[in-house]
Amino acid sequence: MQTRSWLAGAALVAALAMPIQAYAQKAGGTLRVYHRDTPPSASIHEEATTSTNMPFMSVYNNLVMFDQNIPKNGLETIVPDLAESWSWDDGKTKLTFKLRDGVKWHDGKPFTSADVKCTWDMLLGVSTTKMRKNPRKDWYWNLKGVSVNGANEATFELGQPQPSFLALLASGYSPVYPCHVAPKDMRTNPIGTGPFKFVELKQNESIKLVKNQDYWKEGRPYLDAIDWTIIKSRSTRILAFIADEFDLTFTTDVSIPLMKDVAAQAPHAICEKVPTGVSTNLIVNREAAPFDNEDVRKAMNLAINRDEFITILSEGEYQKGGAMLPPPGGGWGMSAEMLATVPGYGDKPTEIAQAQALMQAAGFGPDKRLAAKVSTRNIAIYRDPAVILIDQLKSIYIDAELEVVETSNWHAKVARKDYQIGLNLTGVGVDDPDVNFFENYGCGSQRNYTGYCNQEIQDLFVKQSGMTDQAERLKLVQQIDKKLQEDVARPLIFHGVNATCYQPRLKGFSQMVNSSYNGWRFEDAWLDN
Amino acid sequence: MGSYIVRRFFLMLITLIGMSIVIFALLRLVPGNIADILFDSAGFVDPSEKAALEEELGLSDPIYVQYWDWIWGMMHGDLGYSYVSERPTIDEIAPRIPITAKLAVLALFFSVVMGVPLGVISAVKQNTPIDYALRVLSLSGLSLPSFWLALLILMAFVHWFGTIPIYTSPPDTLWDELLLYSIPAAAVGFRSSALIMRLTRSSMLEVMRQDYIRTARAKGASDSTVNYSHALSNAILPVITIIGIEAAFLIGGLIVTETVFNIPGVARFIVEAIQWRDYPIVQNLVMFIAVIVVVTNFLVDLLYVALDPRIKYE
Repeated sequence: MQTRSWLAGAALVAALAMPIQAYAQKAGGTLRVYHRDTPPSASIHEEATTSTNMPFMSVYNNLVMFDQNIPKNGLETIVPDLAESWSWDDGKTKLTFKLRDGVKWHDGKPFTSADVKCTWDMLLGVSTTKMRKNPRKDWYWNLKGVSVNGANEATFELGQPQPSFLALLASGYSPVYPCHVAPKDMRTNPIGTGPFKFVELKQNESIKLVKNQDYWKEGRPYLDAIDWTIIKSRSTRILAFIADEFDLTFTTDVSIPLMKDVAAQAPHAICEKVPTGVSTNLIVNREAAPFDNEDVRKAMNLAINRDEFITILSEGEYQKGGAMLPPPGGGWGMSAEMLATVPGYGDKPTEIAQAQALMQAAGFGPDKRLAAKVSTRNIAIYRDPAVILIDQLKSIYIDAELEVVETSNWHAKVARKDYQIGLNLTGVGVDDPDVNFFENYGCGSQRNYTGYCNQEIQDLFVKQSGMTDQAERLKLVQQIDKKLQEDVARPLIFHGVNATCYQPRLKGFSQMVNSSYNGWRFEDAWLDN
Repeated sequence: MGSYIVRRFFLMLITLIGMSIVIFALLRLVPGNIADILFDSAGFVDPSEKAALEEELGLSDPIYVQYWDWIWGMMHGDLGYSYVSERPTIDEIAPRIPITAKLAVLALFFSVVMGVPLGVISAVKQNTPIDYALRVLSLSGLSLPSFWLALLILMAFVHWFGTIPIYTSPPDTLWDELLLYSIPAAAVGFRSSALIMRLTRSSMLEVMRQDYIRTARAKGASDSTVNYSHALSNAILPVITIIGIEAAFLIGGLIVTETVFNIPGVARFIVEAIQWRDYPIVQNLVMFIAVIVVVTNFLVDLLYVALDPRIKYE
């Protein structure tokens, strides 16, 4: 087995960043991928899960997208998709796209600028057409509207300059939808312009896509079809991959211990360890006493021994970091040196002593311990770290018991602030502060579960968003990230790292290192059978 | 007799109405609904969007209206739409029932074909190495959880044959179908076969100590005649009762087996539908099972009269 670690350093990242070399691509064949569960729907705009994003991204096109052959997404890797070109006005608030001519939807109707306007009107909530859910409305806080000029030009008008707006549009979460298809049909029978057409989605069984013979990109896709088999049991699907039933696993489905099993039993398979794009974090109900006391929250953050979590849960592979994904995978995270200066990331015995002092100041101590509940979802990836957290909180006089919450009730419970301490997982669609900060830490954001709101920090969110000098922006982003950790807004415990495995015959496929959501177009993928 | 049938028929209807109320109420007593779950998968809850979704699905209607809508729909052949797939409920349920039925029949067949003969052999060869071996086998069958056995089977297949006997696409021929379902059927039927084996053995041992068996041997009947014609025919009665009960228990085992072998049957589907709070799927499917059971009982009661002249209903 060839195990390639993204942690191997800058040299490897640079090597990965090189576009995949042109092979003598072979057309034909069916790509077989396993899926972990039935997606809630096929409508990418209505969902916030890779379960939808991974199988259906290839049904659609964006205006622009991240180069599918460069593993690290960034502004510099954005390439044209349905837009042939784009330009900013002098004030950097109007982004105009020249659209491709002659593109057709899978049902044969022509794609025009009206479809672009329709899509973003719907996301802004100004359209008469409503989706059931609109999970990324916070992404477009700065978008005033979309105007069209003829059938082949669309202009996005922003409230202030926002260079990263292009990155939002390049995400796998930002496809263009057809005006003439209702949201209900997009959930069950999606129509796109992408390289693959939707055939069927059978609950608990399969998703089938076939090649779009009229795809606007000459010679693409290479594959005839993509078959997704839904296998709920992780043991079964990993064994099926080992038995060569599949060409590709579901993204980051292979944990570090399982990767070793794959290595032992299918030595030919290629497994790449990449960040999952999901962080495990602590959420504290700031409205419930005594957690409304800032000192108690700070003590909890200081008591977290992140190295223990990482060693126990991932044999040392998970990563420490702040809100932003840490380097080398992430483009905006704090360096190890900077992180070491953040409370909670320093010398543990010293920090435990500081935490104990804070708790004593708040009225707790060895003789007056704080009884609390740690709530989390009843899923292993939530429960396991929650148990470690409970153990670590004992050192600062908190005797917590585990409260497992059924998945269906988790977000509702968090939203109504019916918890004291929570152990939560947070996925980020695009490795960019404009997504992460506004979505998870912004005042009033629906995903800001703790209700943290610091107007000074909020202003800095807006300020970094408008900066055109990306080097200067990086410095400010890291300062903001540090401040978020110091404010104990939502203390990060670790960033997950898992593996995606594929058979060597799968070519033209590149696993993204800083997002699980943006690399599933499959138009360049081919099978060397 | 005629008045009995009418009374029995109305009793059946009352039972079904009671079942429908219980099914409907139990589902609503479980915390959360499809709107909660759909928003959970999106990572947030927007109260206004959630309210709109609940209204769209009729979940904001008074509970008695929801119940009446369901019953009225059923009476008119409209089972509604799955909340998850947004397809007609009947289209989701109908293709899955035969899959589970085939699996259940095969599993039952396996458990009987394995359990009864081995139980007889074990009894006839009492306290011999064969008996000991079969008792260990039956004990292991009762002790091994079916999901663990199923995973062991999969691992063994991958290790030794480089292939895995799971469902990845619909089988093309009857033979393919038989091959596909036989291994999961054996996995789920192993426990039942162990139980049947033990019961057959003990029942056979009891019968073989009876005077009429000794008489048959004294009359010079061969071992096979004594064992199979005289002993087994009497020993099998309690075993048949257990086989009937095990058939109902099989459904529980099939949930796990369908999951491990990735078979898209109705057993796994109903569990996932419950997790999704997909009310139209769950309540119609459970009601379907209830109707089958109640109607079967009704027909059996009528058959008693036809088959046993001693039974008279007034």
